[in-house]
Amino acid sequence: MDGAALEREFKALIEADSRIEPRDWMPDEYRKTLVRQISQHAHSEIIGMQPEGNWITRAPSLRRKAILMAKVQDEAGHGLYLYCAAETLGVERAELIDLLNAGKQKYSSIFNYPTLTWADVGAIGWLVDGAAITNQIPLTRCSYGPYARAMVRVCKEESFHQRQGFELLYALSRGTPEQHAMAQDAVDRWWWPSVMMFGPPDGESVHTEQSMAWRIKRFSNDELRQRFVDMTVPQAEMLGLTLPDPQIRWNEDRGHYDFGECDWDELRRVIAGDGPCNRQRLAHHVQAHEEGAWVREAAAAHARKHAATASAAA
Amino acid sequence: MLRLADDCFVLSHRLAEWSSRAPTLEEDVALTNIALDLLGQARRLYEHAARLDGTGRSEDEYVFMRDERDFVNCLLVEQENGDFATTIVRELLFSTYQLGLCGALRESADATLAAVAAKAHTEVTYHVSHARQWTVRLGDGTAESHIRTQTALDALWPYTHELFESDDVTPSLVADGVAAAPAALMPEWSASIGTVLAEATLERPETTWAPSGGRRGLHTERFGYMLAEMQHLHRAHPGARW
Repeated sequence: MDGAALEREFKALIEADSRIEPRDWMPDEYRKTLVRQISQHAHSEIIGMQPEGNWITRAPSLRRKAILMAKVQDEAGHGLYLYCAAETLGVERAELIDLLNAGKQKYSSIFNYPTLTWADVGAIGWLVDGAAITNQIPLTRCSYGPYARAMVRVCKEESFHQRQGFELLYALSRGTPEQHAMAQDAVDRWWWPSVMMFGPPDGESVHTEQSMAWRIKRFSNDELRQRFVDMTVPQAEMLGLTLPDPQIRWNEDRGHYDFGECDWDELRRVIAGDGPCNRQRLAHHVQAHEEGAWVREAAAAHARKHAATASAAA
Repeated sequence: MLRLADDCFVLSHRLAEWSSRAPTLEEDVALTNIALDLLGQARRLYEHAARLDGTGRSEDEYVFMRDERDFVNCLLVEQENGDFATTIVRELLFSTYQLGLCGALRESADATLAAVAAKAHTEVTYHVSHARQWTVRLGDGTAESHIRTQTALDALWPYTHELFESDDVTPSLVADGVAAAPAALMPEWSASIGTVLAEATLERPETTWAPSGGRRGLHTERFGYMLAEMQHLHRAHPGARW
């Protein structure tokens, strides 16, 4: 089949809302876009282990400690599925990790904020995972099959994470005055960065239009942001916590909540590398990777010896 | 009971310190899995201990409100993670002991303890297999991994003597069919470790130093730092619920 025919077939699959599978022909730009998006997503899961992992050794009850350990472990698992999904596009996990460590691929800028108190664990679960789910549910219908299927499982687990965050904050908000203040402070710090997780406003988003045409993305940044705000405002009321945006109010005509403008300069600064923890997060990942090098080499050396012995015996 | 619970809890805490630091993602998941198994075992044992000692204490009171001198875990489990070889060797030495212990306790006259031991036995079987596979890979891997693993073995070996010690309370518990005689677990442990060391091309350390005291609340200096970090938040809010 010539190039034009392959392209027609690809477009027909997209139009029919079918899934593109690894063996199917796809345009180079489609492949590149997916590699960029899936690896960025995988890196976010892995870097995202750090801010919450920061509280594992200090969790204030055994029940909370077990939940937090399981949650951070889920994130490692999500990273694994996603690296596998990326590998179906002809890249290797090791090279993607090298690109991350070299600062050549990004991860979600939300993880460049610090977790300063125990309540931050709850705020990440409720707000950050809540925003992530809003982003990821449409991805279960993404045109690329392996990514869509990975998202089904990831979304199920993320929804547990979001509920545990809500429940953690609920306990704090109804606890002692000090616990309530801790919860409010965490929400004050995590609200705006979470609203900005959907990326720049539609007019400034460079990738949205093409990604929507390819049905990788189903909704624009601003549509998803609105959906998140609409979902979260009533939950904040249930929690008895205040979202730090005086402009939030129900708009009867639109059938949505109005809300204030994000500080887009801050988002740009954090994405460019100047958030509170960019350097720390990457340095931690690089250090763990380098300290583990001799272990990976030993495992490979042992496997080679074992294979040599097995073939000599045969 | 508290000894078993503290062993499981303290090792779980140490393993959880690996989160986001392991050499591969698969190992990050595996080490946390083992830590979660041990934490689950500890929680069931604390619950049982509270009934037996009649205090009705919660699991959190045992973990967050006792001081260093009240913890009765063995010294081996509180040793710091060190490099990956140290963590794996600690896992091998302890989990092999724990597997024999759980095997014996499945027959305990204390029905609750027997049930906890039976469930733990299945979990610990996996921990032993994980530790054995890695000990062989590292021991018989590269020159560097061999040296690191032998060094870890030499450093941790002295702490294994304490696992098989008896004290004043042990004989009566053994006589009542509740506990297992520690010394009786030694031959099988030694044989099992022997086979894996041979496969891993590692030398069994020769040492006369046999540090002890964990069962009497005499711990290593680093243990206090572990408790300080772990307990501070819980203690900073007396009576709060989380």
